[in-house]
Amino acid sequence: MAEPVLSVRDLRVEFVTRRGALKAIDGVSFDIARGEVLGVVGESGAGKSVTGSAVTGLIDPPGRITGGEILLSGYRIDNLPPEQMRKVRGKRIGMIFQDPLTSLNPLYRVGDQLTETIRTHTNLSASGARKRAIDLLAEVGIPAPDRRIDSYPHEFSGGMRQRVVIALALCAEPELIIADEPTTALDVSVQAQIIALLKRLGRDHGTAIMLVTHDMGVIAETADRVAVMYAGRIAEIGPVRQVVQNPLHPYAKGLMGAIPSLKGDTHRLTQIPGSMPRLSAIPPGCAFNPRCPFVFDRCRVERPEPIARDLHPVACHLYDEAPARTESVA
Amino acid sequence: MLAFIVRRAFQALGVLLTVGLIAFSMFRFAGDPVNQIVSIDTPAAEREEVRRSLGLDDPVPIQFARYLARGAKGDFGVSYQFRQPVSDLLAERMPATLELAFCATVFAIVFGILMGVFSGLNRESFMAKVFQTISLIGISLPTFLIGILLIYLFAVTLGWLPSYGRGDTIRIGWWSTGFLTKSGLTALILPSITLGLFQMTLIMRIVRAEMLEVLRTDYIKFARARGLTTRAINFGHALKNTLVPVITIVGLQLGSVIAFSIITETVFQWPGMGLLFVQAVQNVDIPIMAAYLMLVALIFVVINLAVDILYTVVDPRLRSSIRQPA
Ligand SMILES: Nc1ncnc2c1ncn2[C@@H]1O[C@H](COP(=O)(O)OP(=O)(O)O)[C@@H](O)[C@H]1O
Ligand SMILES: [Mg+2]
Repeated sequence: MAEPVLSVRDLRVEFVTRRGALKAIDGVSFDIARGEVLGVVGESGAGKSVTGSAVTGLIDPPGRITGGEILLSGYRIDNLPPEQMRKVRGKRIGMIFQDPLTSLNPLYRVGDQLTETIRTHTNLSASGARKRAIDLLAEVGIPAPDRRIDSYPHEFSGGMRQRVVIALALCAEPELIIADEPTTALDVSVQAQIIALLKRLGRDHGTAIMLVTHDMGVIAETADRVAVMYAGRIAEIGPVRQVVQNPLHPYAKGLMGAIPSLKGDTHRLTQIPGSMPRLSAIPPGCAFNPRCPFVFDRCRVERPEPIARDLHPVACHLYDEAPARTESVA
Repeated sequence: MLAFIVRRAFQALGVLLTVGLIAFSMFRFAGDPVNQIVSIDTPAAEREEVRRSLGLDDPVPIQFARYLARGAKGDFGVSYQFRQPVSDLLAERMPATLELAFCATVFAIVFGILMGVFSGLNRESFMAKVFQTISLIGISLPTFLIGILLIYLFAVTLGWLPSYGRGDTIRIGWWSTGFLTKSGLTALILPSITLGLFQMTLIMRIVRAEMLEVLRTDYIKFARARGLTTRAINFGHALKNTLVPVITIVGLQLGSVIAFSIITETVFQWPGMGLLFVQAVQNVDIPIMAAYLMLVALIFVVINLAVDILYTVVDPRLRSSIRQPA
């Protein structure tokens, strides 16, 4: 099997606060292959963004990686010196954030922001970079890119700005794109276009994509595989068809019940009772046990490790027939 | 853009008219102007003659209109104490004040921005704490005390710098400058620091606060995620975004620098307009006081206009909102 573009092994991230170290990410492992889209879902605070920040080496202080490793095309990047990590960011890993209205510097023309990024990571001349910037804008579907390149961010609509952000992420043909809720802040009408664009670009360039979203509909349409995160851990990870249509983990079951219907009403069809615990109050055993309809004694004392069942891993004691047989799963 | 400037110019005119009215009414409140001119034993008929020749028997609105019309031409009457045209006196003193204000402002901007950026970027460092302390002093100590302390330290104790006056000046046309002689330049140092210290600390605090604010924004996070160099992020992306509030403060404060140079000029016996004004107050020299008031108002108004235009240079969003007013 070809080497995965991104390989995260047993990642741990802690935020050191006055109340002690809070484990925001507690043993997360996953791979993303070339051209593959990994959807990452889970409630707010599950650790999706922190996982993305850990990969790009941009965890907000006071957070830091306390364990595990991150490999990009086979090479460790979690322990690179800052200056080398800077050269990885933007060049080999492209990042797309939630809000295109605030992602772009309001005082600079989009062309300047593009050429600045291009020239930071390549040897192109000013005119070469400008030409590439125009090509990029064309590729992400901005009409009349040779004119629009000299516009300021506020002269674009939200959807167009997110296209510019995507162009910025693509400046140096990265191997991996991390898109953190790229459509959450957009009008419903343009969400599908942006997702389609991302999917097309990933396919055309063979880019691996980590797509964080709340929107199960987007996942079902776009992702090849899905990771369901809960309280800093992966509850279940597997091919999209299996996880969406036949979720195993009780939390995933609850989430999949929350896919909005086609009629467009976005309220949850089934609601998981309760809310995710704060990091300072994660219960012992399985973090989901207070909300789980299938909870039994073991869940309250022993933390479930991911078990490969039906070929995809799920961290739940329900699926562990023989308590001794726990496999750690790649 | 032009419509915007014209609109602002009309507002400015309104401000000037109001200040003009206040200046004009000072003449009335300070007693009968004829008494300032004639002596005690002048016969009544002669007083009436003077009154008529000065137009003081006309209705008040006409007198006000005449005052404004003359003022617009730069004629503010004759000083009671010097018996010279007020405009000549002000023109003679203006270079001293403007050069001092200029140096104080440059000092405030350069050091304010440098120290602000530094303490925004290195919040916890020792130097940042030193700067915070300096800024506390600058904000809390009154100007005259700072001036006296500086004189005591650098002029009296160390003897490095002069304690009063402008030093030697060179005339270029009607403008007398202290920039071209060594004594003129050294004489500028202490008054400029005294006058600019408050503004410097203000700018420093604003740049620091804005820097901290801007560094938390999404576009800075995104700039980091794009792998831009730290220098490009801090000085290209972050600093430029702190400039709009800095321009506001500098603009508003520049007017105050000129207006409040009264105190600094008094402490350092600086032969500028502020000192002239203080002497005028002591001698109830209304024409000078009124003209000074008008001049300071004019300076404020012009600076505000310049600041509004500068905003649009820095921030493209304002440019387009001005082009199509909402
Ligand atoms: N700067 C920070 N300081 C302290 N805790 C943080 C910080 N950033 C994130 N966290 C914590 O990490 C956890 C995961 O956050 P995040 O990854 O942003 O969640 P999400 O899955 O919604 O993206 C949350 O519980 C949050 O409280
Ligand atoms: Mg998030």
